[in-house]
Amino acid sequence: MKPAFLELDPAAVRVPVRFAGETLMLPEGANLATALLAAGVTVLRHTPVSGAPRAPYCMMGACFDCLVEVEGVVRQACMMEVVEGLEIARPHEGDAHDTL
Amino acid sequence: MTRYDLAVIGAGPAGMATAATAAEAGLSVCVLDEQPRAGGQIYRDVERAAARRGDILGTDYTQGAPLVAGLRAGGITNLAGAVVWAIEEGFRISYTQGGAAAQIEAGRVLLATGALERPMPLPGWTLPGVMTAGAGQILLKQSGVLARRAVLVGSGPLLYLIAAQMVRAGTPPLALIETQTRADLIRAARHLGGALRGWRYLLKGLGLMAEIIRARVPRYTGAQAIKIEGEAQAEAVTFTCRGRAHRIDCDTVFLHHGVVPNTQAARSLNVAHAWDAAQQCFAPKLDEWGQCDVDGVLIAGDGGGIGGAKVAEIAGQLSALHVAGELGHIDRATRDRRAAPLLRARRQEMAARPFLDAAYPPAAQALAPEDATVICRCEEVTAGAIRGYARLGCLGPNQTKAFGRPGMGPCQGRYCGLTVTALLADANGQTQDETGYYRIRPPLKPVTLAELAAMDAGAPGQAEKAAE
Repeated sequence: MKPAFLELDPAAVRVPVRFAGETLMLPEGANLATALLAAGVTVLRHTPVSGAPRAPYCMMGACFDCLVEVEGVVRQACMMEVVEGLEIARPHEGDAHDTL
Repeated sequence: MTRYDLAVIGAGPAGMATAATAAEAGLSVCVLDEQPRAGGQIYRDVERAAARRGDILGTDYTQGAPLVAGLRAGGITNLAGAVVWAIEEGFRISYTQGGAAAQIEAGRVLLATGALERPMPLPGWTLPGVMTAGAGQILLKQSGVLARRAVLVGSGPLLYLIAAQMVRAGTPPLALIETQTRADLIRAARHLGGALRGWRYLLKGLGLMAEIIRARVPRYTGAQAIKIEGEAQAEAVTFTCRGRAHRIDCDTVFLHHGVVPNTQAARSLNVAHAWDAAQQCFAPKLDEWGQCDVDGVLIAGDGGGIGGAKVAEIAGQLSALHVAGELGHIDRATRDRRAAPLLRARRQEMAARPFLDAAYPPAAQALAPEDATVICRCEEVTAGAIRGYARLGCLGPNQTKAFGRPGMGPCQGRYCGLTVTALLADANGQTQDETGYYRIRPPLKPVTLAELAAMDAGAPGQAEKAAE
């Protein structure tokens, strides 16, 4: 299946980023949430309440549905840029309790 | 701590126009915006994207570039990537930039925080693959990223704009599922006089529609019983149209039924708001200069009531003239002479608005969601739960928090506040004004202890005070 999103002019410079244990090559300096979507990632996190899957919704820093964990801190992927070597995890995956 | 005459929160058209006009009059201005590059959502990343994608996005987008360039004028300190999380009396503004908290002081504050998509709680709206139409626009503007198999759902001119842009980019939407009806259009006809005065907007709309029709994008109007289906992500939209059931398979759903003022910062300052029946939202009470009931706080742009980018720019200029007058940089006569053409232009720009508001009302199904629909995305509270709280005697939005935590997740009520007010008002037979809205308190955005600890403290003890 083709990814749900298409890049009009794919960036030349791509850097490795780890997401949920997988290495992805993402455009350097791109919006992180957009880059993950364009790379075919469909689920960024599961909710602490019911475990429901979530992905970017508003893309402008208001809805907090694109939360990811970067170096132990839960942050909005849509408010970050792609930097080489980012280690990204789905927040609280495997945690015993909700720490947000 | 650096002190400015004026702090501007938000670098969209209103904020940028305010800063340029105020700095030109001789004020020291500090602009804070949480995005890495100025422009707001309407002109998001316009300086980089205009050259690459201007043909797809159109001149309404590329015209934002000179405003962004204007922020480099003398007298303006432009803090990009600065997330404001507290505005305190005085005014002291706390923000995070580059992983460290910091503060500035300002004699006046102008809030130019823009709009949010009106919450559109439909069955399945929390599934991955469901986004706001505004989000779709951001993907395209900032990154040149398009959804291959998307369906647009809701009502309003923005749906036609994004549909036309997708057609130009070679990935037309699979369908437009619109909720407005012929009856809405007939009701809107009484505002046709105003619409004709604002003919430019109508002409633009007709142009977009022609592009959509030429591309043979299927359109359904008066859609009801809309549902997004899927397990781990959106797979299809089902709905009825003129009594017939439809199902359209897709990967992406863009939702939109208007935008509403983003009032978080204003409410944190206890600015008085009132229900706007025509626009179906709360808006701060402002005079013609954008001054609210809190001294020294002004609001310009969509955050003060929805008018669009041009109206926002005009409002920003008016607010700046007013502040420049108050601070003695221009005299009253100069202020009024420069304001007169702006006030005329604003009336002209607003002329088509009543027609558009009536022709494209919010989707009834999403204003009064069925019981099983999640209305608070963060805490996963359903419409039925809110109605249940009302039956137990819950009168106001703040009380619902004690019943079931709606509005207490990380988005702080941005995407459930209006729905909770509507559900309680309906259940309790009260008006929206009587029902009220969530109380909004700082921090307006999450701030970590590490960011506080890294605070660039001009004087000892500031970090401790900010943390209180």
